[in-house]
Order: sequence, then C-alpha cells, then structure tokens
Amino acid sequence: MVSFKALLWRDLRLAFRQGGDGALAVIFFVLAALLFPFGLGPEPEALARDAVGIVWVMALLASLLALDRLFQGDWEDGSLDLVALSPLPLELAVLAKALAHWLVSGLPLLVAAPLVASMLQFDPAGLPRLVLALGLGTPTLSLLGAVGAALTLGARRAGVLVSLLVLPLEIPVLIFGVAAADPATMGDGSTQIMVLGALLALALPLCPWAAAAALRQALE
Amino acid sequence: MQLTAEGLGAARGERPLFSGLGFALAPGDALVLTGPNGSGKSSLLRLLAGFGRPTAGTIRRDGKPLGDDLDSYRAELHFVGHQEALKLALSVAETLRFWGDLAGRPSQDGNRPLAALGLGAQAELPCRFLSSGQRRRLALARLLAWDAPLWLLDEPTVGLDDEALGLIADLIRQHRAGGGIVVLSTHQPLALAGAQSLSLADFPPARPLALAEW
Repeated sequence: MVSFKALLWRDLRLAFRQGGDGALAVIFFVLAALLFPFGLGPEPEALARDAVGIVWVMALLASLLALDRLFQGDWEDGSLDLVALSPLPLELAVLAKALAHWLVSGLPLLVAAPLVASMLQFDPAGLPRLVLALGLGTPTLSLLGAVGAALTLGARRAGVLVSLLVLPLEIPVLIFGVAAADPATMGDGSTQIMVLGALLALALPLCPWAAAAALRQALE
Repeated sequence: MQLTAEGLGAARGERPLFSGLGFALAPGDALVLTGPNGSGKSSLLRLLAGFGRPTAGTIRRDGKPLGDDLDSYRAELHFVGHQEALKLALSVAETLRFWGDLAGRPSQDGNRPLAALGLGAQAELPCRFLSSGQRRRLALARLLAWDAPLWLLDEPTVGLDDEALGLIADLIRQHRAGGGIVVLSTHQPLALAGAQSLSLADFPPARPLALAEW
C-alpha cells in the first residue's frame, strides 16, 4: 500500500511539475470541441443534437494524448526495472499509473464537459447525466489505454500505434456513453449508465492484468 | 542467502553470449565480473535480477531454483544498472524518499543515504541540476534506501571520482561485513578484499548444434 501510494504520488507530482499533459488534454478538449460550431454551422438545434457525441469523441481523443508516455519514460530511464523489483505487484503498479493518468487527464474533463456542452447549446437538464456517464466512462478509457501503452512499449511512433490499438476497443464505451446522455434516447438512460459501470468493473481487473503481462515481456 | 549458478548460458536475441558459467556465493562474498564489452556482463546481472531466463543452466537461491519463488527472491535483491532511474523534475531527497517507499521500507532518516554518498548538500536540488557523477552517486544511494541483502551492480564506478570510489568501496565492505552479497561488473580495479572474480571471456558460447554439423 505504501508503494502504491508512492508511485501514484510521484506520477501526480511529476505531472504537476512538468505541467504539460493534464492541462494540454483539457485545452485540446475545449478547443477541438469549439471547432464544431464553425464546421457544422451555428444552428442551435443541430448543435444541441450533436453536442453529446462531440463531447464524447473529444474526451476520447483527449485521453489518448498522454498515453504513449504512460510507461515510456519509466522504461527508458530504468524506473520500470525498479517497479518490477519492488514488492508492489506489477498489476497494481499499472493500476496506480492508470489512476494517475485519469486524475490528471480524465478528471479535469468532467469539469470542462458541462462548459463545452453548454456552449454547444446542450439542454442543461441533461448535464448531470452527461457528467455521470463521463465519470464512469473515462476511467475505462485510461485503463484500456494502459494496455495499449504497455503493448507498444519500445515501439517507434508508439503514439500512433497506441491510438490504432486502443480506439477500436473504446467503441463500446463511446456507444453507451453517448446513449446515456443523448436527449434522443428512450428512457432515462439509467440502463446505459449501468452498462458503463459494468464496463468499468470489467476493465478494472482485466486491463491491469493484461498490461502487466505486456510489461513483463518488455522487461526481459 | 546462498546464491549459486551452474551451467549457465544466455543469449541476446539470437546471439549466444556465454555458456557453462557457474559460481557459488555465501553471505559476505563478493563476485567481480570482468570481460570485454559485449561479453554479457550486463545480461548476466539482469538474469540474476530475475529479468529474462537463461538459455541453459539454473540459478539457485538456498538450493531452490529462482523460478520457484521469484517474488520473494526479488524482495531480497537490488539492482543498479546503467540507467539511473532519475526523474529530472524531482529533488534529490524526494527521489530517495520515493525509492524507499516503493521498496516498502519508508525511511525515518532519509538523508543518511545521501550523506553516505556525499550528496547531503544537494538534497533539495532538482535532479536536473546534478552532474553525471552526482547522478551516479544518487543511483548508488538507492542501495541504502532499498536495503536488500543482495546487491547487483552493473559498472557502478563509471563516471565516479576518487572520493566516490572510496565511498562505494566502503559501502561494499560494510555491506559484506553485515552478511550481504555483492555481484558487480567493472573495468576498473576495485579494492575488494577476498572477492571472487569471474572473467566472462573464459566461458565462450558453445556452438549451436545445428551449426556444428555444417
């Protein structure tokens, strides 16, 4: 537990000191989402209809931004060797790093999402559901991303490769995430919220396990 | 801890590095690995750290093969390789505290390892301002923070000045006096009393059978 906390705190501290990745993800999220009114035209009805989809797709892309560096830095400077030698199981180390990734690049999106959605003329009554869906969906994105980052460790152009690997896996999260908050969906969206929760519950043990297996390969 | 190896062979990718290598180490022993560049010193040390598998032979701890209980073996060793594992944005003291916590041995007196390696004055300095010799010293301070009985050191003396060479020789002597084991590779003569030495050039790789028949 001490080692888990140590790794988590170190990653958070590095993220804040180097001050890039988290802020970058949010700025990218907001800026890219604001391009849509220019591209689609400013009709409020059209924007309101697409707002949820825009927010989700942008959140998904924003979470990819810092992924290729998730293990790369630690691998290059030998820190990953130390993590492997420490009493902390590699699965929990992956979990700590994915959690740090989410806190830095996922959590700020939850704050920015209502802002962006409102600018896209999204009905304010649907905002709590949108944030709830994002809150359940973005941790799954970080966990899936950790698997991709571990698999592409040491590859050239790992950033592009991670996106190619991870994006198809993230489609279910996107589908249910959008459906949960879309005003056009039948019902109150609670079914979709539950599916998002189930996906997270599934990813929580499976992704660290898969990523740890990939890391062991990379360390040989 | 008793650490023995017999008939050990290893390969880097497809290329065999050495074969038929063996040694036996008891508490207090030290083993100095020598050999030309590319003879497999680093690979042997990584094998001993439990990364990867030998192509032949076995490594045993207290008579049991490593693979039987790799996790508890790893808890008893520490490895300092060529990479210093420093994060440039963290200060020296923070780095050391992180290592101690990661090892599950949170230290009360975090500055003792720093003082032991002559880095006491740099404790609050971010790692980006350290010279390469100071980075090396900090990496070696990890040995004290990690506090494991078996030390695996891959060319620990690279880039160190005479003062630091004396400090590391002292550390190794104290560690051995306390019942620790040290395996290190080096190109520089290090004054280690009663150390075994092993030249990897004496264990050339056996020709693969398929090639021998040609």
